[in-house]
Amino acid sequence: MSAQSATLKSKQEIMEKLRKQEVITGSEMLLRSLVLEGADCVFGYPGGAVLFIYDAMHGFSDFNHLLTRHEQGAIHAADGYARASGKVGVCIATSGPGATNLVTGIATAYMDSVPLVVITGNVATSFIGTDAFQEADITGITMPITKHSYLVRNVEDLPRIIHEAFHIANTGRKGPVLIDIPKDVSAQKALFKPVTEVSIRGYNPTVHPNKLQVDKMIKAITEAERPVILAGGGIVYSGAHEELLEFVTKTDVPVTTTLLGLGAYPSAKELWMGMPGMHGTYTANKAIQASDLLINIGARFDDRVTMKLNGFAPNAKIVHIDIDPAEIGKNVPTDIPIVGDIKSVLQLANKDAKRADKADAWRQQIQQMKQEFPLRYQDSDVVLKPQWVIEMIHETTNGDAIVTTDVGQHQMWAAQYYKFNKPRSWVTSGGLGTMGFGFPSAIGAQMANPDRTVVSINGDGGMQMCAQELAICAINNIPVKVAIINNQVLGMVRQWQEIIYDNRYSHIDLAGSPDFVKLAEAYGVKGFRASSKEEAKAVWEQALQHPGPAVVEFVVHKGENVYPMVTQGNTIDSMLLGDAE
Amino acid sequence: MKKHTIAVLVNDQPGVLQRVSGLFGRRGFNIESITVGTSEEQGLSRMVIVTSCDDNLLEQITKQLYKLIDVIKVTDLSASPMVGRELALIKVNAEPSARPEILGVVETFRAAVVDIGTSSLMVQAVGDTEKIDAMIELLKPYGIREVSRTGVTALTRGNR
Repeated sequence: MSAQSATLKSKQEIMEKLRKQEVITGSEMLLRSLVLEGADCVFGYPGGAVLFIYDAMHGFSDFNHLLTRHEQGAIHAADGYARASGKVGVCIATSGPGATNLVTGIATAYMDSVPLVVITGNVATSFIGTDAFQEADITGITMPITKHSYLVRNVEDLPRIIHEAFHIANTGRKGPVLIDIPKDVSAQKALFKPVTEVSIRGYNPTVHPNKLQVDKMIKAITEAERPVILAGGGIVYSGAHEELLEFVTKTDVPVTTTLLGLGAYPSAKELWMGMPGMHGTYTANKAIQASDLLINIGARFDDRVTMKLNGFAPNAKIVHIDIDPAEIGKNVPTDIPIVGDIKSVLQLANKDAKRADKADAWRQQIQQMKQEFPLRYQDSDVVLKPQWVIEMIHETTNGDAIVTTDVGQHQMWAAQYYKFNKPRSWVTSGGLGTMGFGFPSAIGAQMANPDRTVVSINGDGGMQMCAQELAICAINNIPVKVAIINNQVLGMVRQWQEIIYDNRYSHIDLAGSPDFVKLAEAYGVKGFRASSKEEAKAVWEQALQHPGPAVVEFVVHKGENVYPMVTQGNTIDSMLLGDAE
Repeated sequence: MKKHTIAVLVNDQPGVLQRVSGLFGRRGFNIESITVGTSEEQGLSRMVIVTSCDDNLLEQITKQLYKLIDVIKVTDLSASPMVGRELALIKVNAEPSARPEILGVVETFRAAVVDIGTSSLMVQAVGDTEKIDAMIELLKPYGIREVSRTGVTALTRGNR
């Protein structure tokens, strides 16, 4: 018997054992069900209301539990795990403060449609509603930011609820589902009957599109003179990147990928125009505005993409493909709505898709714009430029790393200068814009992809919002490479205060931040610092070659701005081009 | 802006009213009235919500409601002929000398007196919103002490 089939057999045996119908506690049901749903790594933090669950975990080895140093770190890690793998991320926290510490992470996942199952403990059912110690109405608090939630009142319901939660989280428009388990329910015993089928009357996402609508789109493409594809995160989530590539190859329509869509279409391709919107490329923004057909595939016309709505793509016929019917027509009136799973929609479309034959001049025009107005910055040999650092990281990782970011200038530079060619290689908080997300999400991404290089790009501000998780990298030897783009200031706020608030810099100075090298070393993580190109290259190579986690602080030019920039109230073709103008 | 009457068939689950009303609140949809009760099927409740909005917003409200897992069906009742009714209890000042006149109003509206105090009457009226509004208007001169209205409940007309 080969080693591989031996593992398979033992895995099968484990599953058989877990499925065994016997009288067990709610806590044991939870752990077994999580493994049966495919969870192999769970991020969590114990506390009073989840003590039965953690007691059941004692000696339990069928999944890996990572003890983070803050519940927020746990949920961002679960989020990074989910985004980088396509699997459901799982985290556990106790009642009250444990649960409320998850709120930012739940909202982050909800805004970006990330599948999570969030387990919280609660006080015993007899205490609920009495303002008991560490009681919080977490299902009530999170109602606006979860796809669905459960408060488990009977232990017999637990297997069904867990199965439904995983199903709801990872189908349709994906999102976080919360399961709140009162302490007594986690202790009660009942006969465990694993649930494998799901039937939820009020939940039947449309997967297959209406063919007539798809035919209309195909016809519109052949008639268009200036077509553009706006590709969003939905393509990544649906696993439809190959179908998109085929669709673009067949139709020959230029593509722009949104922040969450980066990697959905290879950036090396000629038809790729970069990212659109507030910090989008000149070509993508101009092309959208001039288009006569805009095909939105799995993006939601977010305000950072459209900017001023009245005046967005003014001459375009709009096609909108989305799994969530509520997104269609929400912000932008749509001419051809197509509801369905993107993979399924594009598979159908690819059967008949024809080349946009009337768009030859348009394609030429776009190539010309790409050449005349590429992304650019003024490099320097005196100070280290953040854009240069990102390009250097891109080169040294052959564009093949999983990159996670925090929020702010470094996030936009990473989006602009790290050229993605593969999906699920880019983990960033787009919708909520959560600072503190970048580093812990990298831990999750690395756990899901132990063999890939994971680089976490952070600012000096956001890094300090979840730096405590350096501990779990050190203890578990999780080899995340953390880049801190240190400009000693809240850079994006500084940029807005400079451009929009007349250089009135208010409360943005981050002087007094810790020595990041010493901070890393205090946790037992290797630390490096660089303030010139030579140093940067040298220490970054060392960090990459170091087998464990490493922190590299890049001390960069303070006054650097992200360009292009569209300020609020303007349409996306009125861009500030900055230094490169 | 048009007045719409929407029926929402939901799972009879704890928190479902909070899910629906919370959705209206956070997305800035207005609620003029909301009623909830059991439906023809065990385990399901029917909510009837009256809201003022244009057609685009109505579409958005409907789609957002459908995203709630506990929502089974959403119907714009006001899109077709419907019967909409609410019940009102009105406590009005009524010295014995004024009662004959008040009873005249009550009779005209096919309402009923359901309680009599020494100086007041409680009137029960059932009808569409306009009828109840009209009745309250006519009772105002006598001095209204308290009004309690159920909000509209409704069904479409005919066999559907």
